[in-house]
Amino acid sequence: MQATTHAIPHAHIGEAHHEEAGFWSKYVFSTDHKVIGLQYGITALSFLFFGFCLMLVMRWQIAHPSQPVPLVGPLLAATFGNMAVNGAVSADLYNSFGAMHGTIMVFMAIVPLAFAAFGNYVVPLQIGAPDMAFPRVNMASYQAYVIGGLIMFVSFFVPGGPAQAGWTSYSPLATSIPTDGQTFWILGMVFLITSSLLGAVNFIATIIQLRAPGMTWMRLPFFVWAQFVTAFLLLLAFPPLEAAAVMQLMDRLAHTSFFLPTGLAVGGTLANISGGGSPLLWQHLFWFLGHPEVYVLILPAMGIVAEIIANNTRKPLWGYKSLVYAVLILGFLSFIVWAHHMYLTGMGTRVATFFQTTTMIISIPSVIILTCMFMSLWGGSIRFNTPMLFVMAFLPMFGIGGLTGLPLGFNYSDLHLHDTYYVIAHFHYIVAPGTIFAMFAGVYYWFPKITGRMMNEFWGKVHFWTSFVFMNAVFQPMFAQGMAGMLRRMADGGANYSQAKVPGAIGGLSASIMGLHTYILWAAVCLGLAQIPFIINLFWSINNGKKAGSDNPWQATTLEWQTPTPPPHGNFAKPPVVVRGPYEYSVPGHATDFTPQNQAGSTAE
Amino acid sequence: MDIPYTVQPRADTGLYNAKLGIWLFLASEVMLFGALFSSYILLRVSAPEGYWPHGWLNIPIGTCNTIVLICSSITTVMAWASCKMNRFGRFKFWHACTILLALTFVCIKSYEYHDKFTHFEFTLKDGTYADGHILEDKADSLVIHGRRVADRKELFDLRAPGVKIVNSEITIPKDQIQKQERYGPWHHTYLAIYFTLTGLHALHVIGGAIVIGFLWGPLSKQWQTDPERFTNRIEVSGLFWHFVDLVWIFLFPVLYLL
Repeated sequence: MQATTHAIPHAHIGEAHHEEAGFWSKYVFSTDHKVIGLQYGITALSFLFFGFCLMLVMRWQIAHPSQPVPLVGPLLAATFGNMAVNGAVSADLYNSFGAMHGTIMVFMAIVPLAFAAFGNYVVPLQIGAPDMAFPRVNMASYQAYVIGGLIMFVSFFVPGGPAQAGWTSYSPLATSIPTDGQTFWILGMVFLITSSLLGAVNFIATIIQLRAPGMTWMRLPFFVWAQFVTAFLLLLAFPPLEAAAVMQLMDRLAHTSFFLPTGLAVGGTLANISGGGSPLLWQHLFWFLGHPEVYVLILPAMGIVAEIIANNTRKPLWGYKSLVYAVLILGFLSFIVWAHHMYLTGMGTRVATFFQTTTMIISIPSVIILTCMFMSLWGGSIRFNTPMLFVMAFLPMFGIGGLTGLPLGFNYSDLHLHDTYYVIAHFHYIVAPGTIFAMFAGVYYWFPKITGRMMNEFWGKVHFWTSFVFMNAVFQPMFAQGMAGMLRRMADGGANYSQAKVPGAIGGLSASIMGLHTYILWAAVCLGLAQIPFIINLFWSINNGKKAGSDNPWQATTLEWQTPTPPPHGNFAKPPVVVRGPYEYSVPGHATDFTPQNQAGSTAE
Repeated sequence: MDIPYTVQPRADTGLYNAKLGIWLFLASEVMLFGALFSSYILLRVSAPEGYWPHGWLNIPIGTCNTIVLICSSITTVMAWASCKMNRFGRFKFWHACTILLALTFVCIKSYEYHDKFTHFEFTLKDGTYADGHILEDKADSLVIHGRRVADRKELFDLRAPGVKIVNSEITIPKDQIQKQERYGPWHHTYLAIYFTLTGLHALHVIGGAIVIGFLWGPLSKQWQTDPERFTNRIEVSGLFWHFVDLVWIFLFPVLYLL
């Protein structure tokens, strides 16, 4: 009797609370981890699209230097004035777009999408928690991200245009460059760093504190492990960049000389500074973030890949414990490899030797992870649905990206390849057909949990095959261009160094190497068009997709599928108790080929 | 489902959520200040011989501020212990002391900043230097309390053995001044890192004081409704406060003594 009187008012309060929640508190100022995850996802996908558009303009400029850009030329001329006369991209504007493409893609698209969006939506569900540990901090994290993003966006409209010194913002160039865009860049970064910091604290606290009863560390889905390590990287690697950003801000606004050496000349005249600073200091602080950041980009993707592989091969992940230890070691090692980005700075050969060694060591856990995933496919009866196709492409694409990184990690081969298109091709293979493919896989995979409907399989496959072909068409030729000696960040795409410009010069770029620019441009345009089926499919399926049929359409074992669809505020109808590991697929003697983590039964460990 | 372990500790970790959260936050703060301290080391070791200043800061004032902050740490512990012992009145007293000590620290720090911003180095047209605070700004000359030196290097090491700094009232004709510069962050890389480190630290002190002020004032109503949670909040804010003190314990020797 007492129990019922207790329960009924409680349920009533819950319902009333939900009805009262208006549009603003439900969708904009929400503290629900699922809504925040979706907010992050939508915002990050928008930035991803924006960053892609900047890149298309740059590709046009590289292939057709100083020719007016088709379609958006008048818009560029109206927005940037004499930086885009007649709609043609000037060198300054090219530099701006290059810097902002990198910044947007790394800090405002991929990290928020891979870490914050997927992590927010999925991690609390997978560990059986009602929400994140600090829901209001979570909301603040999203708001800081939006403010940072807006500051970056506004910088496109300040006199002189946005930051021009690359996404790395090397000083003294970034300090002495005469545009306020760089100051906006720094301020925007401070907000984005704050956002990551709040998110990281929240994720770690959630994973440590809010695991459901029975969810021991070795029963965590690999995705949670990946996010856990990612959160530590963000927590510890971002603050040094924040310190560096503060110092660069001081250099720009208070005229200090943290990164400005004695005797610095700008535009041919001696700069009026106290001097005594160190340009190398910026690079050390930047890459101390920059390299762990690479793993921030890839680890959540690996987590998604692991989930989808186990689900679609209907087998446990091969070497779950090896995966966990490898990802922990990877996280640790990623803090001591940063200076392999700086072999050519003159920091000294001994330092270079140390970082070359650690760089080679860090490839071991990466190889372990990839090998475990390949081995997981062995002997599986694989379901080739859209998420699985993206995952199957991820494996070799990430492999290409990783293996082409080795020559960059050795400092003698890096002498030749440093700062060329080879580097661009290398890291884009990791991030574009690697991370972004895993993101697509994740969207197709978790969409039915969010909406209760499936995305269209046919158009999903069209999206996959076209993206797969054109991704490779875009990035594969860049290896050749880079090995031929074409440097990155040249507004004319290297035309000044071509054999056409200087006939007979040794090392001039040949006509066939230069001709690849046109080919890459159209491949990139096609890659853009290939995303149209995805965008339409994504929005159309929300209301018109095939009904998922159950709460667990993929017949998965992890906890996020053992909730109502979509999960209500508080997630679980009754608190889950975990009794088994995350990937109990095809257990012999069991009635179904999957056993959810919270399903009691004789096959429990 | 409600979020568990908001007040009571989880059995296997022994922590409630916010306590773990603040420790993680402090870990990232360690990396933030760690990066700045590393920058300090790098800038100092790469400075040319004789150009890294010694003795530019006033050690008695710095010591005084160190004592102020250490005392505030003690009052913070006492405030938390008072909550634990169910003595709300004592809590109010101790944390009032904490806030006053924080304000004292900020006042003393501003005095030091003010002293630096009113300190000038003059480059004179005859190749010598003058250095000091302006006492009087006349039509054609400046009266300063300071000294004149032949070599700029003499301005850097005020603690070199055998050197006695004698400041006196001197008059400099304005037409002899080639350049005058305040001891702001732009003046020397040492001052740049000094202002950045202590400025960032001062922001932490002010932020911490605001949080503690809120807990002391409007938020202390929670003592009546949920004393356990309120005590946890005092503990968490106290951990942050101890960290801020600890940063100063590193800053003081690094910037003032070394």
